[in-house]
Amino acid sequence: MSHCRKVFLLVGAMTLMAGCERPPVEALQGGYRGTAMEEIINPRDDAVTAAANIVPAAIPAAPAEGPLASSVYQNIQVLKDLNVAQFTRVMLAMTQWVAPPDQSCNYCHGANMASDDRYTKVVARRMLQMVRYINTDWKDHVGKTGVTCYTCHRGNAVPKNVWFINPGESSHTGLIASNAGQNKPSPGVGLSSLPYDPFTRLLLGDHNIRVISDAALPDGNRSSIKQTEGTYALMMHFSKSLGVNCTYCHNSRSFAVWDASTPKRTTAWYGIRMVRDLNNDYLLPLTATFPAHRLGVLGDVAKVNCATCHQGVFKPLYGTSMAKDYPELQGPLHTSEVPATAPAAPPPTALLQPSP
Amino acid sequence: MAEYQNIFTRVQVHAPPYLGVQLPRGAWGRQRPVGFNHLLGRFGDAQVGPIYLGTLGLMSLICGFIAFEIIGLNMFASVHWNPVQFVRQLPWLALEPPAPANGLHIPRLQDGGWWLMAGFFLTTSVLLWWLRMYRRARALGMGTHVSWAFLAAIWLMLVLGIIRPVLMGSFGEAVPFGIFPHLDWTAAFSLRYGNLFYNPFHCLSIVFLYGSTLLFAMHGGTILAVSRLGGDRELEQIVDRGTAAERAGLFWRWTMGFNATMESIHRWAWWFAVLCPLVGGIGILLTGTVVDNWYLWAVKHHVAPMYPHVFPPVIDPATLPGAPK
Repeated sequence: MSHCRKVFLLVGAMTLMAGCERPPVEALQGGYRGTAMEEIINPRDDAVTAAANIVPAAIPAAPAEGPLASSVYQNIQVLKDLNVAQFTRVMLAMTQWVAPPDQSCNYCHGANMASDDRYTKVVARRMLQMVRYINTDWKDHVGKTGVTCYTCHRGNAVPKNVWFINPGESSHTGLIASNAGQNKPSPGVGLSSLPYDPFTRLLLGDHNIRVISDAALPDGNRSSIKQTEGTYALMMHFSKSLGVNCTYCHNSRSFAVWDASTPKRTTAWYGIRMVRDLNNDYLLPLTATFPAHRLGVLGDVAKVNCATCHQGVFKPLYGTSMAKDYPELQGPLHTSEVPATAPAAPPPTALLQPSP
Repeated sequence: MAEYQNIFTRVQVHAPPYLGVQLPRGAWGRQRPVGFNHLLGRFGDAQVGPIYLGTLGLMSLICGFIAFEIIGLNMFASVHWNPVQFVRQLPWLALEPPAPANGLHIPRLQDGGWWLMAGFFLTTSVLLWWLRMYRRARALGMGTHVSWAFLAAIWLMLVLGIIRPVLMGSFGEAVPFGIFPHLDWTAAFSLRYGNLFYNPFHCLSIVFLYGSTLLFAMHGGTILAVSRLGGDRELEQIVDRGTAAERAGLFWRWTMGFNATMESIHRWAWWFAVLCPLVGGIGILLTGTVVDNWYLWAVKHHVAPMYPHVFPPVIDPATLPGAPK
């Protein structure tokens, strides 16, 4: 065989293999044999993810006694139950986890520490409530692991994985065909051609994710293929955000049937409700608090989805509980005592209409 | 010495171009030029042309071109006429059918009208091409087997694109025109209807699909293997069985106890190929119209085996009292 042909064949083979993952690839069986319920693990990729999910060392615990912070500092609305040492510890932690290093305390506080004139402080207060709310009321999803600011922020002022309503490009002009909200490679849905914004309907709105019938024969289920593509897109988002296959939760012979699913599907089910809850009750009301440059193209607030916490791992930070080192973040909510934030701009309702 | 026993023929016989049998009165003339192409000759016949276009062929090509342009220009417009993005994103781009809410109404052009129009011209083009194949076979005094096989494929296309959507009462049920989008549609279709693998007509279609490739390999392999004994002259072997047919038949009786004949193998292959889209189309047609969840259908009829539980019992949290919505 001539040299030229060898090169040609080699390049051809490499082209064919371009979509494949370089070994080693390990398959970890989960379900009953023969059901293909296995997790595909590549240790090389895993090492990269693990390096990106190292938990920072906990700040030494604060003594339990001492005067309440609320009796020493002014304008404390959420962390009223903490003493000064505990309060300072939370502030220090937030500086490490969230504030840009060059701004530190100044990111939220001006010369008058008690003042609410910086929007970041108003947001941070609401986020503290949110963390306590999740740790208290969403144990169905976060279990005993709990969450801290770091679960999402990872040292960034704005968590890397947030989403805005994606109205698509304005290609829908004149006589040009609408793309029906899909067919653009979008990282949020695993670069598929599926709908690029399944979140607005399913993680902000509470439209039905279930499209599969409960009965063998037609029984009034009018879910369309397009609606199914929306669900499919959301599931691709799950898969990418958690770094898992479909079979982590489902037995793929029947995605709908619960008694063939793994218990993790239940956790995910509560996760969906938790995300909807947080988006509607904690993030949407902050819309008017944020300056315009923090908002999306439609003027909507940054919202959470699975990737916000999970960041490519089946359990955020591989299930390491940071919250157990921060009892300050487990405290009561004091929700009723916090003045309502500025009224939210109404979400672009057109996008929340049920898809037919 | 020259050989003639490989699919990549090393021998090319050059003779004056063959212009075909006499055409019946009224037909168009065959179009020249007629020439020879060495590279094509390595795979098939080196002679290219003459071509017969005819009224049907011309109309079919025009309709096909219109459909191709509607789809392609809409895709191009969706990337704001950027040629680089058009090439980069081509696998993702599509022309989408109308939204499900549209039902069976004629939508505005931008809301699926283009899709409907592209589908109309594509269907017309394909049907005209079918008629052309039928007519050309007749003109040559041949049987019309090829056109009927083609019609089986057209059946599947029409079931997916128009017959089933009409039965379901919505053009939105139909397949988008696009590379990844039509694949995602296929996966979504199976998801929505509870796993198409439990659709028995889908099973049959797969049997005929894989069966076709198996038969093709067996037949092609057999004929190549006995071509040194005259087996490549299949037609002669059918009517006057020679040593090639005897050996080929004996080979299969030895290895699997049974053999097709030099003639019947072609009927086997034809039926396998035709039945693949034929039963596949039936399976699609029944989905959503007659059966809504193929997995539950298979459970009901004891087709789907049950596996032992390996996880603690999992129940739908939505059914628990006090569950969040």
